Amino acid sequence: MYRVNEAGQLADKIYQIWVEAPHVARHALAGQFLVIRTDEHGERIPLTVSALDGDLVRIIFMAVGKTTHQLAALKAGDFIRDVAGPLGKPSEIGKYGTCVVVGGGAGIASCPIIARAARKAGNRVIGIIGARNADFLILEDEMREACHELFIATDDGSRGFHGFAADVLKNLIADKKIDCVWIIGPAIMMKVTSGVTRPQKIRTFVSLNPVMVDGTGMCGSCRVQVGGETKFACVDGPEFDAHLVDFDLLMQRQRTYFDEEKVALERYHEHTCKCGERGHHE
Amino acid sequence: MSERPVSERIHDFLEVDTGLSPGQAVVEAARCLQCKKPSCVRGCPVEIDIPAFIARIAGGDFSGAARIIKENNLLPAVCGRVCPQEVQCEGECILGVKETPVRIGDLERFVADYEREQGLVTPPVAEPTGKRVAVVGSGPAGLTAAAELARFGHEVTVFESLHEPGGVLMYGIPAFRLPKDVVRAEIDQLREMGVEIRTNHLAGASVPVTELLAYDAVFLGTGAGLPFFMNIPGEQLNGVYSANEFLTRVNLMHADRFPEYDTPIRHAARVVVCGGGNVAMDAARVARRLGARVTLVYRRREEDLPARRAEVIRAKEEGVEFSLCANPVRILGTNFVTGVECMRMEMCELDESGRPEPAPVKGSNFVVEADMCIQAIGQGPNPLLIRKLDGISYGRKGNIIVDEEGKSSLERVFAAGDVATGAATVILAMGGAKKAARAIDRMLRGK
Repeated sequence: MYRVNEAGQLADKIYQIWVEAPHVARHALAGQFLVIRTDEHGERIPLTVSALDGDLVRIIFMAVGKTTHQLAALKAGDFIRDVAGPLGKPSEIGKYGTCVVVGGGAGIASCPIIARAARKAGNRVIGIIGARNADFLILEDEMREACHELFIATDDGSRGFHGFAADVLKNLIADKKIDCVWIIGPAIMMKVTSGVTRPQKIRTFVSLNPVMVDGTGMCGSCRVQVGGETKFACVDGPEFDAHLVDFDLLMQRQRTYFDEEKVALERYHEHTCKCGERGHHE
Repeated sequence: MSERPVSERIHDFLEVDTGLSPGQAVVEAARCLQCKKPSCVRGCPVEIDIPAFIARIAGGDFSGAARIIKENNLLPAVCGRVCPQEVQCEGECILGVKETPVRIGDLERFVADYEREQGLVTPPVAEPTGKRVAVVGSGPAGLTAAAELARFGHEVTVFESLHEPGGVLMYGIPAFRLPKDVVRAEIDQLREMGVEIRTNHLAGASVPVTELLAYDAVFLGTGAGLPFFMNIPGEQLNGVYSANEFLTRVNLMHADRFPEYDTPIRHAARVVVCGGGNVAMDAARVARRLGARVTLVYRRREEDLPARRAEVIRAKEEGVEFSLCANPVRILGTNFVTGVECMRMEMCELDESGRPEPAPVKGSNFVVEADMCIQAIGQGPNPLLIRKLDGISYGRKGNIIVDEEGKSSLERVFAAGDVATGAATVILAMGGAKKAARAIDRMLRGK
């Protein structure tokens, strides 16, 4: 059992939890993830290590399915049944020159820890965070502190640049020499945004988020195609060379349990209503 | 031994084999000739004193029988169920020459179940030696090594990356062959003996290699957890599973009871299972229980199936259809699987395994309709930790190279089970682990 030290909402549908998990917190590096299981009936879901503080690990997630809704309802002092990690390979932090860390939506969660690591390695770090609108933006202050420079983009222009993070990145590349880019967000956003760095062949990493079970290379559920080869995102990744990733396949495989996910969430909402617990109604 | 009727068992995950009654056990035990030089013991990788425990059963002393077994094997309820006795103890039984051998496996299981129902007696543990041993993995090899080392008085910590200990006993072997409360009870016994099991701990990550190597000895029983795929077109389609994933979702995560349990599994009306080993049989029989029509595709003949004969028979009884001398060449579908294209195989000259080398017959392609394809063609050692152990020798297939006592090329590091041998049986892993534990004990005592 792992104790929730702090929990709260960051933006519309986006929550954070600081959980006490020394075995993960003491050894995790930027880019790695953990697997949690909320209770005895729970599913194992992967979440990026978003920040570390002593024996505490932060996870940030959007309440979209049953497990994330369950997590969103947790308060300080509650417990998470299982926390396993750190899993996956850490980000390839090198001394590249000027780096851009691009986060989209809940994917921004992974950005500060990478930005800090890249900065510590002697890079100039520029951050771009984007969301649908201002209500979905998270970690702005943290990114401002972690990066030398920060850009904000919203699809509706309610905050910062009116448009996609990809547009901001495009302008940056036109303006100065960029040596390395991290892009983390929904698969479609990573696909579009990494297209921007392709013409100049800028070294670009994306962090893939396929369906996983164990997270240790045992099941192959998370297999992705990278440069025509089958890779397991949990052990060969989760970060890969963006220009070699088959994003369409990733998105296809992410939809495997679309129907089941809906059933589970509906059942959860029904159940929380009947019990009089605080449900999360749209 | 009595088997539950097919019509009943096909709808649930309860055990197929209901075991012997006390009366049946005594009668069966009385058949044993009590050979002076028992060949059955030679066939047992963990060297159980088989005639002695059978004699106790014949005399009605079931607890005494349990004590004897547990001197050499702390997982008898597991072994009684999943050991391939027909090629081990029972295969050596002298009675087998003219009639059927003594049903040693069933007797072992009977004794273990009897003891569990009466309340397990924790075996004695030697005085603490003050030596600390790290055991990586809590499958058959890890559990056996941990039990032996604890018995010798060493302080044992087991690291398990999943949320539940047991390894393949929990995630791989279905409950209808090995009920999970049976496994849990035997694992609880280890805890009683003072073994600490840390779940959610991935050795090499949650426990850095330096921390691991700071123990007085390290035992690696990380198994063969890396699933192989066939590398044929269409494998990325939704609905293609490794047997590991399929079985883990059901056995460990209880996807069969979705949405009561959160882990889903695709609902499939028709399933193709590729492979012919025990894992393939398990996957096929699980798929049947989930309500699918199941075709098992295997490239050689029925007599070449590597699975235990009893499992093949049960799979057939349960309605698994066998498409033999056939090999999948392509998985069909857009986004989701719709079928598996196979080719007929003809049997050619015998290869080094003594089985005929199969070769595809030109133009013999045929399609088996399916909305799920499970690949059960084998698995190799998980390279995660091995890659991080500087200086450890491993073979071409990623298996750790060890000597007869399980000693690796790294000082104080031992390995046994599938990680050393490649995918094999539970009992071979246990036999290897026992030897390694003895070698570790000798090393720690400076003998």
